[in-house]
Amino acid sequence: MTDLTDLGIREIRDGVRDGAFRAREVADAFIGNVSRAKALNAFLVETPDHAIAAADAADTARDAGETLKPLAGVPIGMKDLFCTKGVATTAASHILEGFIPPYESTVSQKLWDAGAGMLGKLNLDQFAMGSSNETSYFGNVISPWKRNDGGNAPLAPGGSSGGSSTAVSARLCPGATGTDTGGSIRQPAAFTGISGIKPTYGRCSRWGVVAFASSLDQAGPMARDVRDCAILLENMAGFDAKDSTSLKLDVPKWEAGLSNSLAGKKIGIPREYRVEGMPEEIEALWQQGIAWARDAGAEIVEVSLPHTKYALPAYYIIAPAEASSNLARYDGVRYGLRDLPEGAGLQDMYAATRADGFGDEVKRRILIGTYVLSAGFYDAYYTQAQKVRTLIARDFEIAFTQCDLLLTPTAPSAAFALGEKNADPLAMYLNDVFTVPSSLAGLPAMSIPGGLDKQGLPLGLQIIGRPLDEQGVLNAGLAIEERAGFRARPEAWW
Amino acid sequence: MPVDIATVKKIASLARIAITEDEAARIAPELDNLMGWVEQLSEVDTSSVEPMTAVIPNHLRLRDDVVTDGGVRDAVLSNAPQAEHGFFAVPKVIE
Repeated sequence: MTDLTDLGIREIRDGVRDGAFRAREVADAFIGNVSRAKALNAFLVETPDHAIAAADAADTARDAGETLKPLAGVPIGMKDLFCTKGVATTAASHILEGFIPPYESTVSQKLWDAGAGMLGKLNLDQFAMGSSNETSYFGNVISPWKRNDGGNAPLAPGGSSGGSSTAVSARLCPGATGTDTGGSIRQPAAFTGISGIKPTYGRCSRWGVVAFASSLDQAGPMARDVRDCAILLENMAGFDAKDSTSLKLDVPKWEAGLSNSLAGKKIGIPREYRVEGMPEEIEALWQQGIAWARDAGAEIVEVSLPHTKYALPAYYIIAPAEASSNLARYDGVRYGLRDLPEGAGLQDMYAATRADGFGDEVKRRILIGTYVLSAGFYDAYYTQAQKVRTLIARDFEIAFTQCDLLLTPTAPSAAFALGEKNADPLAMYLNDVFTVPSSLAGLPAMSIPGGLDKQGLPLGLQIIGRPLDEQGVLNAGLAIEERAGFRARPEAWW
Repeated sequence: MPVDIATVKKIASLARIAITEDEAARIAPELDNLMGWVEQLSEVDTSSVEPMTAVIPNHLRLRDDVVTDGGVRDAVLSNAPQAEHGFFAVPKVIE
Protein backbone atom coordinates (compact mmCIF):
# COMPACT_ATOMS: atom_id res chain seq x y z
CA MET A 1 0.00 0.00 0.00
CA THR A 2 1.12 3.53 -0.75
CA ASP A 3 2.67 5.43 2.11
CA LEU A 4 0.14 8.23 2.40
CA THR A 5 2.86 10.68 3.48
CA ASP A 6 4.42 10.34 0.03
CA LEU A 7 1.34 12.02 -1.45
CA GLY A 8 1.08 15.69 -2.29
CA ILE A 9 -1.83 18.07 -1.79
CA ARG A 10 -3.61 17.24 -5.04
CA GLU A 11 -3.26 13.49 -4.58
CA ILE A 12 -4.61 13.69 -1.03
CA ARG A 13 -7.50 15.94 -2.03
CA ASP A 14 -8.47 13.72 -4.98
CA GLY A 15 -7.91 10.48 -3.06
CA VAL A 16 -10.15 11.54 -0.20
CA ARG A 17 -12.81 12.74 -2.64
CA ASP A 18 -12.68 9.52 -4.68
CA GLY A 19 -12.63 7.28 -1.62
CA ALA A 20 -9.17 5.79 -2.27
CA PHE A 21 -8.44 6.38 1.41
CA ARG A 22 -9.96 8.19 4.39
CA ALA A 23 -8.90 11.66 5.44
CA ARG A 24 -8.38 10.30 8.93
CA GLU A 25 -5.80 7.80 7.63
CA VAL A 26 -3.91 10.64 5.98
CA ALA A 27 -3.97 12.77 9.13
CA ASP A 28 -2.83 9.83 11.28
CA ALA A 29 0.03 9.05 8.90
CA PHE A 30 1.37 12.61 8.94
CA ILE A 31 0.84 12.94 12.71
CA GLY A 32 2.99 9.82 13.07
CA ASN A 33 5.74 11.30 10.91
CA VAL A 34 5.66 14.55 12.88
CA SER A 35 5.95 12.74 16.20
CA ARG A 36 8.97 10.75 14.99
CA ALA A 37 10.88 13.74 13.62
CA LYS A 38 11.79 15.62 16.80
CA ALA A 39 15.45 15.61 15.76
CA LEU A 40 14.64 18.04 12.94
CA ASN A 41 13.09 20.55 15.38
CA ALA A 42 10.70 21.70 12.65
CA PHE A 43 7.62 22.02 14.86
CA LEU A 44 7.30 24.36 17.83
CA VAL A 45 3.80 23.13 18.68
CA GLU A 46 2.09 19.95 17.49
CA THR A 47 -1.68 20.13 17.05
CA PRO A 48 -2.81 16.61 16.14
CA ASP A 49 -6.33 17.30 17.44
CA HIS A 50 -6.76 20.12 14.92
CA ALA A 51 -5.67 17.89 12.04
CA ILE A 52 -7.89 15.02 13.22
CA ALA A 53 -10.96 17.25 13.62
CA ALA A 54 -10.55 18.56 10.07
CA ALA A 55 -10.02 15.03 8.73
CA ASP A 56 -13.08 13.68 10.52
CA ALA A 57 -15.13 16.58 9.16
CA ALA A 58 -13.98 15.68 5.65
CA ASP A 59 -14.83 12.00 6.11
CA THR A 60 -18.24 12.84 7.58
CA ALA A 61 -19.01 15.19 4.70
CA ARG A 62 -18.04 12.55 2.16
CA ASP A 63 -20.14 9.88 3.91
CA ALA A 64 -23.10 12.24 3.77
CA GLY A 65 -22.59 12.71 0.05
CA GLU A 66 -21.79 16.40 0.39
CA THR A 67 -19.54 18.30 -2.01
CA LEU A 68 -16.15 18.43 -0.36
CA LYS A 69 -14.34 21.66 0.38
CA PRO A 70 -11.30 22.49 -1.77
CA LEU A 71 -8.78 21.28 0.81
CA ALA A 72 -10.93 18.68 2.56
CA GLY A 73 -8.73 16.04 4.15
CA VAL A 74 -5.47 17.92 3.58
CA PRO A 75 -3.33 18.42 6.70
CA ILE A 76 -0.77 21.23 6.56
CA GLY A 77 1.91 22.91 8.64
CA MET A 78 1.51 26.54 9.73
CA LYS A 79 4.53 28.81 10.04
CA ASP A 80 4.54 30.16 13.58
CA LEU A 81 4.32 33.72 12.31
CA PHE A 82 0.56 33.28 11.70
CA CYS A 83 -1.61 33.92 14.74
CA THR A 84 -3.77 30.88 15.45
CA LYS A 85 -6.64 31.22 17.88
CA GLY A 86 -5.98 29.35 21.10
CA VAL A 87 -2.66 27.93 19.87
CA ALA A 88 0.62 29.44 21.11
CA THR A 89 2.20 31.81 18.58
CA THR A 90 5.74 33.02 19.31
CA ALA A 91 7.38 33.98 15.99
CA ALA A 92 10.19 31.79 17.47
CA SER A 93 10.92 34.54 20.00
CA HIS A 94 11.29 34.61 23.77
CA ILE A 95 9.41 37.89 24.02
CA LEU A 96 6.20 36.27 22.68
CA GLU A 97 6.65 33.07 24.66
CA GLY A 98 3.31 32.06 26.13
CA PHE A 99 1.28 34.29 23.80
CA ILE A 100 -2.03 32.63 22.95
CA PRO A 101 -3.77 34.67 20.23
CA PRO A 102 -7.46 35.31 20.89
CA TYR A 103 -7.94 35.60 17.11
CA GLU A 104 -7.05 33.81 13.89
CA SER A 105 -5.00 35.28 11.03
CA THR A 106 -6.94 35.80 7.80
CA VAL A 107 -4.72 33.43 5.80
CA SER A 108 -4.95 30.57 8.30
CA GLN A 109 -8.72 31.11 8.65
CA LYS A 110 -9.11 30.84 4.88
CA LEU A 111 -7.22 27.55 4.90
CA TRP A 112 -9.39 26.14 7.69
CA ASP A 113 -12.52 27.37 5.91
CA ALA A 114 -11.30 25.44 2.86
CA GLY A 115 -11.20 22.26 4.94
CA ALA A 116 -7.49 22.00 5.73
CA GLY A 117 -6.31 20.81 9.13
CA MET A 118 -3.26 21.92 11.10
CA LEU A 119 -0.53 19.49 12.11
CA GLY A 120 1.27 22.14 14.11
CA LYS A 121 3.15 25.43 14.23
CA LEU A 122 6.44 25.49 12.37
CA ASN A 123 9.74 26.83 13.63
CA LEU A 124 11.34 29.82 11.88
CA ASP A 125 14.00 32.44 12.26
CA GLN A 126 13.05 34.73 15.13
CA PHE A 127 10.50 37.26 13.82
CA ALA A 128 11.38 35.89 10.34
CA MET A 129 14.78 37.58 10.52
CA GLY A 130 17.37 35.20 9.15
CA SER A 131 18.35 33.02 6.20
CA SER A 132 19.31 29.81 7.99
CA ASN A 133 16.82 29.28 10.82
CA GLU A 134 19.62 29.80 13.34
CA THR A 135 18.00 32.78 15.07
CA SER A 136 15.03 30.89 16.55
CA TYR A 137 14.86 31.12 20.35
CA PHE A 138 13.76 27.48 20.30
CA GLY A 139 16.81 26.09 18.54
CA ASN A 140 17.92 25.52 14.97
CA VAL A 141 15.81 23.62 12.50
CA ILE A 142 17.94 20.89 10.92
CA SER A 143 17.60 20.23 7.21
CA PRO A 144 16.69 16.63 6.39
CA TRP A 145 19.34 16.72 3.65
CA LYS A 146 22.95 15.58 4.12
CA ARG A 147 25.98 16.10 1.91
CA ASN A 148 27.06 12.92 0.16
CA ASP A 149 30.72 13.47 1.07
CA GLY A 150 30.48 11.19 4.08
CA GLY A 151 30.55 14.20 6.40
CA ASN A 152 27.69 14.48 8.80
CA ALA A 153 27.46 18.26 9.10
CA PRO A 154 23.94 19.38 9.98
CA LEU A 155 22.76 21.68 7.20
CA ALA A 156 20.66 24.84 7.25
CA PRO A 157 17.11 24.41 5.92
CA GLY A 158 17.20 28.02 4.77
CA GLY A 159 15.25 30.83 6.35
CA SER A 160 13.24 32.28 7.56
CA SER A 161 10.64 29.60 6.67
CA GLY A 162 13.05 26.81 7.68
CA GLY A 163 10.54 24.78 9.68
CA SER A 164 8.21 24.86 6.67
CA SER A 165 10.90 23.78 4.20
CA THR A 166 12.17 20.99 6.42
CA ALA A 167 8.68 19.71 7.22
CA VAL A 168 7.59 19.53 3.56
CA SER A 169 10.89 18.07 2.39
CA ALA A 170 10.95 15.43 5.16
CA ARG A 171 7.32 14.38 4.49
CA LEU A 172 6.05 15.69 7.81
CA CYS A 173 3.34 17.56 5.93
CA PRO A 174 2.34 17.74 2.25
CA GLY A 175 2.39 21.54 2.26
CA ALA A 176 2.95 24.46 4.57
CA THR A 177 2.53 28.18 4.79
CA GLY A 178 5.52 30.45 4.55
CA THR A 179 6.09 34.17 4.58
CA ASP A 180 8.56 36.03 2.42
CA THR A 181 10.02 39.45 3.19
CA GLY A 182 13.29 39.21 1.26
CA GLY A 183 13.32 35.57 0.14
CA SER A 184 12.04 33.64 3.16
CA ILE A 185 9.86 31.30 1.07
CA ARG A 186 12.07 30.92 -1.98
CA GLN A 187 15.53 30.40 -0.45
CA PRO A 188 14.43 27.68 2.01
CA ALA A 189 12.45 25.99 -0.77
CA ALA A 190 15.60 25.96 -2.91
CA PHE A 191 17.73 24.59 -0.06
CA THR A 192 15.40 21.64 0.53
CA GLY A 193 14.31 20.65 -2.99
CA ILE A 194 10.71 21.84 -2.78
CA SER A 195 8.62 24.56 -4.47
CA GLY A 196 7.37 27.83 -3.03
CA ILE A 197 5.75 30.97 -4.36
CA LYS A 198 5.63 34.49 -3.01
CA PRO A 199 2.63 36.13 -4.69
CA THR A 200 2.32 39.78 -5.65
CA TYR A 201 2.41 42.08 -2.64
CA GLY A 202 -1.20 42.50 -1.50
CA ARG A 203 -2.54 39.14 -2.73
CA CYS A 204 -2.49 37.55 0.73
CA SER A 205 -3.75 39.41 3.76
CA ARG A 206 -1.14 40.36 6.34
CA TRP A 207 -3.79 40.54 9.08
CA GLY A 208 -2.81 38.35 12.00
CA VAL A 209 0.69 37.71 10.64
CA VAL A 210 3.34 38.85 13.12
CA ALA A 211 4.78 41.90 11.35
CA PHE A 212 8.42 42.20 10.30
CA ALA A 213 8.62 44.73 7.43
CA SER A 214 5.08 45.58 6.40
CA SER A 215 5.84 46.96 2.92
CA LEU A 216 7.53 43.67 2.02
CA ASP A 217 5.86 40.87 4.04
CA GLN A 218 3.81 38.44 1.93
CA ALA A 219 2.46 35.01 2.76
CA GLY A 220 2.68 32.14 0.30
CA PRO A 221 2.63 28.36 0.06
CA MET A 222 5.47 25.83 0.15
CA ALA A 223 4.81 22.37 -1.24
CA ARG A 224 6.32 19.55 -3.26
CA ASP A 225 5.32 20.76 -6.68
CA VAL A 226 3.94 23.64 -8.67
CA ARG A 227 0.37 22.37 -8.82
CA ASP A 228 0.23 21.94 -5.06
CA CYS A 229 1.48 25.51 -4.64
CA ALA A 230 -1.28 26.73 -6.98
CA ILE A 231 -3.93 24.85 -4.98
CA LEU A 232 -2.75 26.23 -1.65
CA LEU A 233 -2.31 29.78 -2.92
CA GLU A 234 -5.88 29.82 -4.25
CA ASN A 235 -7.02 29.11 -0.72
CA MET A 236 -4.74 31.67 0.96
CA ALA A 237 -5.16 34.73 -1.28
CA GLY A 238 -8.04 37.18 -1.46
CA PHE A 239 -9.20 40.61 -0.42
CA ASP A 240 -9.34 41.42 3.27
CA ALA A 241 -10.73 44.71 4.54
CA LYS A 242 -8.64 44.30 7.68
CA ASP A 243 -5.38 44.78 5.74
CA SER A 244 -5.11 48.28 4.24
CA THR A 245 -2.72 47.05 1.51
CA SER A 246 -4.84 44.04 0.55
CA LEU A 247 -5.68 44.08 -3.17
CA LYS A 248 -9.38 44.13 -3.98
CA LEU A 249 -9.22 41.57 -6.75
CA ASP A 250 -10.81 38.20 -7.42
CA VAL A 251 -8.59 35.21 -6.81
CA PRO A 252 -7.79 33.60 -10.18
CA LYS A 253 -8.32 29.87 -10.69
CA TRP A 254 -4.60 29.21 -10.81
CA GLU A 255 -4.83 25.44 -10.70
CA ALA A 256 -7.36 25.25 -13.55
CA GLY A 257 -5.26 27.76 -15.50
CA LEU A 258 -2.05 25.73 -15.34
CA SER A 259 -0.34 25.14 -18.66
CA ASN A 260 3.08 23.66 -19.34
CA SER A 261 3.53 25.47 -22.65
CA LEU A 262 5.65 28.59 -22.88
CA ALA A 263 4.91 29.10 -26.57
CA GLY A 264 4.82 32.80 -27.38
CA LYS A 265 6.43 33.73 -24.04
CA LYS A 266 9.64 35.66 -23.78
CA ILE A 267 11.86 34.80 -20.87
CA GLY A 268 14.39 37.38 -19.77
CA ILE A 269 17.81 36.49 -18.39
CA PRO A 270 19.10 39.38 -16.27
CA ARG A 271 22.81 39.74 -16.85
CA GLU A 272 23.43 41.34 -13.44
CA TYR A 273 22.48 38.08 -11.70
CA ARG A 274 25.79 36.54 -12.73
CA VAL A 275 27.60 37.32 -9.48
CA GLU A 276 31.22 36.93 -8.60
CA GLY A 277 32.11 33.75 -6.76
CA MET A 278 28.89 31.96 -7.71
CA PRO A 279 29.54 28.22 -7.93
CA GLU A 280 29.89 26.84 -11.45
CA GLU A 281 27.12 24.34 -10.74
CA ILE A 282 24.62 27.13 -10.20
CA GLU A 283 25.60 28.76 -13.47
CA ALA A 284 25.27 25.35 -15.14
CA LEU A 285 21.81 24.81 -13.68
CA TRP A 286 20.78 28.28 -14.84
CA GLN A 287 21.88 27.39 -18.39
CA GLN A 288 19.97 24.13 -18.11
CA GLY A 289 16.90 26.07 -16.98
CA ILE A 290 17.24 28.32 -20.02
CA ALA A 291 17.39 25.24 -22.24
CA TRP A 292 14.27 23.80 -20.59
CA ALA A 293 12.39 27.08 -21.08
CA ARG A 294 13.40 27.13 -24.74
CA ASP A 295 12.29 23.52 -25.11
CA ALA A 296 8.90 24.52 -23.68
CA GLY A 297 8.53 27.06 -26.48
CA ALA A 298 9.85 30.22 -24.88
CA GLU A 299 12.02 32.76 -26.61
CA ILE A 300 15.05 33.72 -24.50
CA VAL A 301 16.16 37.34 -24.33
CA GLU A 302 18.93 38.94 -22.34
CA VAL A 303 17.79 41.86 -20.20
CA SER A 304 19.43 44.28 -17.81
CA LEU A 305 18.42 45.22 -14.26
CA PRO A 306 21.12 47.82 -13.68
CA HIS A 307 20.38 48.63 -10.03
CA THR A 308 20.52 45.01 -8.86
CA LYS A 309 23.68 45.50 -6.79
CA TYR A 310 21.95 48.17 -4.72
CA ALA A 311 18.97 46.00 -3.81
CA LEU A 312 20.56 44.33 -0.76
CA PRO A 313 21.89 47.52 0.84
CA ALA A 314 18.52 49.23 0.23
CA TYR A 315 16.74 46.23 1.73
CA TYR A 316 18.96 46.33 4.82
CA ILE A 317 17.87 49.89 5.45
CA ILE A 318 14.18 49.56 4.61
CA ALA A 319 13.46 46.23 6.33
CA PRO A 320 15.20 47.10 9.64
CA ALA A 321 13.58 50.56 9.61
CA GLU A 322 10.13 49.01 9.34
CA ALA A 323 11.08 46.29 11.85
CA SER A 324 12.25 48.81 14.44
CA SER A 325 8.87 50.50 14.17
CA ASN A 326 6.79 47.29 14.10
CA LEU A 327 8.63 45.69 17.01
CA ALA A 328 8.13 48.74 19.24
CA ARG A 329 4.89 47.03 20.30
CA TYR A 330 6.78 44.48 22.42
CA ASP A 331 6.90 46.46 25.62
CA GLY A 332 5.99 43.99 28.36
CA VAL A 333 2.59 45.59 28.88
CA ARG A 334 -0.02 43.94 26.68
CA TYR A 335 1.31 40.47 25.89
CA GLY A 336 4.37 38.30 26.09
CA LEU A 337 7.35 38.64 28.35
CA ARG A 338 7.72 41.22 31.12
CA ASP A 339 11.03 41.70 32.87
CA LEU A 340 10.59 43.98 35.88
CA PRO A 341 13.84 44.39 37.79
CA GLU A 342 13.49 45.12 41.51
CA GLY A 343 12.42 48.73 42.00
CA ALA A 344 12.38 49.47 38.25
CA GLY A 345 10.19 52.14 36.71
CA LEU A 346 8.29 51.91 33.43
CA GLN A 347 11.18 52.91 31.13
CA ASP A 348 13.51 50.42 32.83
CA MET A 349 10.88 47.74 32.44
CA TYR A 350 10.65 48.36 28.69
CA ALA A 351 14.43 48.24 28.31
CA ALA A 352 14.90 45.14 30.46
CA THR A 353 12.01 43.30 28.78
CA ARG A 354 13.31 44.02 25.30
CA ALA A 355 16.93 43.21 26.22
CA ASP A 356 15.86 39.86 27.60
CA GLY A 357 13.16 39.07 25.04
CA PHE A 358 14.84 39.76 21.69
CA GLY A 359 17.64 37.63 20.20
CA ASP A 360 20.89 39.08 18.86
CA GLU A 361 19.81 39.28 15.20
CA VAL A 362 16.51 40.94 16.08
CA LYS A 363 18.32 43.47 18.27
CA ARG A 364 20.82 44.12 15.50
CA ARG A 365 18.02 44.95 13.06
CA ILE A 366 16.11 47.08 15.55
CA LEU A 367 19.30 49.05 16.22
CA ILE A 368 20.05 49.49 12.51
CA GLY A 369 16.46 50.60 11.93
CA THR A 370 16.53 53.01 14.84
CA TYR A 371 19.81 54.41 13.58
CA VAL A 372 18.70 54.99 9.97
CA LEU A 373 15.45 56.60 11.11
CA SER A 374 17.05 58.82 13.75
CA ALA A 375 17.19 62.60 13.45
CA GLY A 376 19.83 63.76 11.01
CA PHE A 377 20.18 60.38 9.25
CA TYR A 378 16.65 59.81 7.93
CA ASP A 379 17.15 61.44 4.53
CA ALA A 380 20.65 60.11 3.93
CA TYR A 381 19.64 56.53 4.64
CA TYR A 382 15.91 55.87 4.61
CA THR A 383 14.76 58.35 1.95
CA GLN A 384 17.71 57.44 -0.26
CA ALA A 385 16.93 53.73 0.11
CA GLN A 386 13.28 54.32 -0.84
CA LYS A 387 14.43 56.26 -3.92
CA VAL A 388 16.74 53.41 -4.89
CA ARG A 389 13.78 51.10 -4.38
CA THR A 390 11.88 53.13 -6.98
CA LEU A 391 14.77 52.63 -9.40
CA ILE A 392 14.86 48.89 -8.73
CA ALA A 393 11.11 48.63 -9.43
CA ARG A 394 11.62 50.70 -12.59
CA ASP A 395 14.35 48.30 -13.76
CA PHE A 396 11.80 45.48 -13.62
CA GLU A 397 9.15 47.57 -15.40
CA ILE A 398 11.55 48.26 -18.25
CA ALA A 399 12.66 44.61 -18.42
CA PHE A 400 9.00 43.55 -18.63
CA THR A 401 8.58 45.61 -21.79
CA GLN A 402 11.08 43.19 -23.36
CA CYS A 403 10.00 39.92 -21.79
CA ASP A 404 7.13 38.25 -19.89
CA LEU A 405 9.04 36.49 -17.14
CA LEU A 406 12.54 36.39 -15.68
CA LEU A 407 14.56 33.25 -14.95
CA THR A 408 17.39 33.29 -12.40
CA PRO A 409 18.95 31.02 -9.79
CA THR A 410 17.13 31.25 -6.44
CA ALA A 411 20.24 31.48 -4.26
CA PRO A 412 23.97 31.86 -4.93
CA SER A 413 24.79 28.63 -3.07
CA ALA A 414 23.33 25.30 -2.02
CA ALA A 415 22.46 24.81 1.66
CA PHE A 416 25.39 25.65 3.90
CA ALA A 417 26.22 23.97 7.20
CA LEU A 418 24.74 25.33 10.40
CA GLY A 419 27.26 27.65 12.01
CA GLU A 420 29.12 28.22 8.75
CA LYS A 421 27.85 31.73 8.09
CA ASN A 422 26.48 33.07 11.35
CA ALA A 423 29.70 34.70 12.54
CA ASP A 424 29.40 37.37 9.86
CA PRO A 425 25.96 38.97 9.46
CA LEU A 426 26.90 40.42 6.08
CA ALA A 427 27.85 37.01 4.62
CA MET A 428 24.44 35.72 5.69
CA TYR A 429 22.61 38.70 4.18
CA LEU A 430 24.33 38.15 0.82
CA ASN A 431 22.60 34.77 0.45
CA ASP A 432 19.41 36.69 -0.41
CA VAL A 433 20.99 38.54 -3.34
CA PHE A 434 18.67 37.02 -5.98
CA THR A 435 15.43 37.10 -3.99
CA VAL A 436 15.51 40.59 -2.46
CA PRO A 437 15.14 42.68 -5.66
CA SER A 438 11.76 41.18 -6.61
CA SER A 439 10.61 41.60 -2.99
CA LEU A 440 11.46 45.28 -3.11
CA ALA A 441 9.38 45.54 -6.29
CA GLY A 442 6.46 43.52 -4.86
CA LEU A 443 6.56 41.02 -7.74
CA PRO A 444 5.34 37.41 -7.76
CA ALA A 445 8.29 35.02 -7.68
CA MET A 446 8.70 31.30 -7.20
CA SER A 447 11.45 28.79 -6.59
CA ILE A 448 11.35 25.30 -8.07
CA PRO A 449 13.94 22.56 -7.64
CA GLY A 450 16.15 22.14 -10.70
CA GLY A 451 18.73 19.56 -9.72
CA LEU A 452 21.42 18.49 -7.29
CA ASP A 453 24.95 19.79 -6.87
CA LYS A 454 28.04 17.54 -6.64
CA GLN A 455 27.44 17.08 -2.93
CA GLY A 456 23.92 15.85 -3.61
CA LEU A 457 22.18 18.99 -2.38
CA PRO A 458 19.19 20.61 -4.13
CA LEU A 459 19.50 23.80 -6.17
CA GLY A 460 16.57 26.01 -7.09
CA LEU A 461 15.58 28.11 -10.08
CA GLN A 462 13.61 31.29 -9.59
CA ILE A 463 10.91 32.65 -11.89
CA ILE A 464 9.83 36.27 -11.46
CA GLY A 465 6.70 37.67 -13.09
CA ARG A 466 4.87 40.91 -13.70
CA PRO A 467 2.64 42.22 -10.93
CA LEU A 468 -0.41 39.92 -10.58
CA ASP A 469 0.92 37.38 -13.10
CA GLU A 470 1.13 34.46 -10.69
CA GLN A 471 -0.36 32.34 -13.49
CA GLY A 472 2.58 33.08 -15.77
CA VAL A 473 5.03 32.30 -12.97
CA LEU A 474 3.28 29.03 -12.10
CA ASN A 475 3.09 27.97 -15.74
CA ALA A 476 6.79 28.57 -16.31
CA GLY A 477 7.42 26.71 -13.07
CA LEU A 478 5.38 23.77 -14.34
CA ALA A 479 7.18 23.74 -17.70
CA ILE A 480 10.56 23.63 -15.97
CA GLU A 481 9.41 21.18 -13.31
CA GLU A 482 8.29 18.68 -15.95
CA ARG A 483 11.62 18.92 -17.74
CA ALA A 484 13.77 18.87 -14.62
CA GLY A 485 12.05 15.72 -13.39
CA PHE A 486 13.38 16.38 -9.88
CA ARG A 487 12.65 13.27 -7.81
CA ALA A 488 15.46 13.39 -5.24
CA ARG A 489 14.45 13.31 -1.59
CA PRO A 490 16.38 13.15 1.64
CA GLU A 491 16.93 9.72 3.11
CA ALA A 492 15.37 9.49 6.58
CA TRP A 493 18.04 9.58 9.32
CA TRP A 494 15.94 11.28 11.96
CA MET B 1 29.96 58.30 9.66
CA PRO B 2 31.48 55.66 11.94
CA VAL B 3 29.24 53.88 14.43
CA ASP B 4 31.07 53.98 17.77
CA ILE B 5 30.22 52.70 21.23
CA ALA B 6 28.59 55.97 22.28
CA THR B 7 26.34 55.86 19.18
CA VAL B 8 25.32 52.28 19.91
CA LYS B 9 24.40 53.21 23.47
CA LYS B 10 22.37 56.16 22.23
CA ILE B 11 20.38 54.18 19.65
CA ALA B 12 19.87 51.33 22.13
CA SER B 13 18.40 53.87 24.51
CA LEU B 14 16.15 55.24 21.73
CA ALA B 15 15.06 51.67 20.95
CA ARG B 16 14.44 50.94 24.65
CA ILE B 17 16.83 48.00 24.74
CA ALA B 18 19.04 47.76 27.82
CA ILE B 19 22.64 47.20 26.80
CA THR B 20 25.86 46.59 28.74
CA GLU B 21 29.19 48.24 28.04
CA ASP B 22 30.53 44.91 26.73
CA GLU B 23 27.58 44.42 24.39
CA ALA B 24 27.93 47.94 23.04
CA ALA B 25 31.63 47.30 22.41
CA ARG B 26 30.80 44.08 20.55
CA ILE B 27 27.96 45.55 18.50
CA ALA B 28 29.66 48.80 17.47
CA PRO B 29 32.11 47.32 14.92
CA GLU B 30 29.34 45.05 13.53
CA LEU B 31 27.03 47.97 12.91
CA ASP B 32 29.88 50.08 11.64
CA ASN B 33 30.70 47.39 9.10
CA LEU B 34 27.05 47.12 7.99
CA MET B 35 26.56 50.87 7.73
CA GLY B 36 29.79 51.10 5.73
CA TRP B 37 28.37 48.53 3.33
CA VAL B 38 25.01 50.31 2.85
CA GLU B 39 26.94 53.55 2.29
CA GLN B 40 27.28 52.50 -1.39
CA LEU B 41 23.70 53.68 -1.92
CA SER B 42 24.96 57.25 -1.81
CA GLU B 43 26.67 56.73 -5.20
CA VAL B 44 23.27 56.26 -6.93
CA ASP B 45 21.97 59.42 -8.59
CA THR B 46 18.44 59.79 -7.27
CA SER B 47 18.04 63.51 -7.91
CA SER B 48 15.03 63.01 -10.20
CA VAL B 49 13.45 60.07 -8.35
CA GLU B 50 10.58 60.01 -5.89
CA PRO B 51 10.93 57.70 -2.89
CA MET B 52 8.70 54.65 -3.18
CA THR B 53 5.54 54.72 -1.12
CA ALA B 54 3.66 51.69 -2.48
CA VAL B 55 5.02 48.76 -4.49
CA ILE B 56 1.69 48.03 -6.13
CA PRO B 57 -0.48 51.05 -6.98
CA ASN B 58 -3.32 50.84 -4.51
CA HIS B 59 -5.64 53.40 -3.00
CA LEU B 60 -6.14 53.37 0.70
CA ARG B 61 -9.79 52.71 1.29
CA LEU B 62 -12.10 54.69 3.50
CA ARG B 63 -14.80 52.96 5.47
CA ASP B 64 -17.76 54.25 7.40
CA ASP B 65 -16.74 55.73 10.73
CA VAL B 66 -18.60 53.22 12.83
CA VAL B 67 -17.63 50.74 15.53
CA THR B 68 -16.77 47.42 13.87
CA ASP B 69 -15.37 45.48 16.77
CA GLY B 70 -15.09 45.60 20.53
CA GLY B 71 -16.73 44.41 23.70
CA VAL B 72 -13.97 41.87 24.16
CA ARG B 73 -12.11 43.39 27.08
CA ASP B 74 -11.24 40.11 28.72
CA ALA B 75 -9.89 38.67 25.46
CA VAL B 76 -7.76 41.79 24.98
CA LEU B 77 -6.37 41.44 28.49
CA SER B 78 -5.96 37.67 28.34
CA ASN B 79 -2.28 37.80 27.40
CA ALA B 80 -1.24 40.68 29.66
CA PRO B 81 1.67 39.92 31.99
CA GLN B 82 -0.27 41.85 34.64
CA ALA B 83 -3.93 42.86 34.34
CA GLU B 84 -5.85 44.36 37.23
CA HIS B 85 -9.44 45.60 37.53
CA GLY B 86 -9.93 45.35 33.77
CA PHE B 87 -6.78 47.33 32.93
CA PHE B 88 -3.20 46.71 31.89
CA ALA B 89 -1.04 47.30 34.95
CA VAL B 90 2.43 48.89 34.81
CA PRO B 91 4.89 50.08 37.43
CA LYS B 92 4.11 53.45 38.99
CA VAL B 93 4.81 56.20 36.44
CA ILE B 94 4.08 59.33 38.51
CA GLU B 95 5.81 59.87 41.83
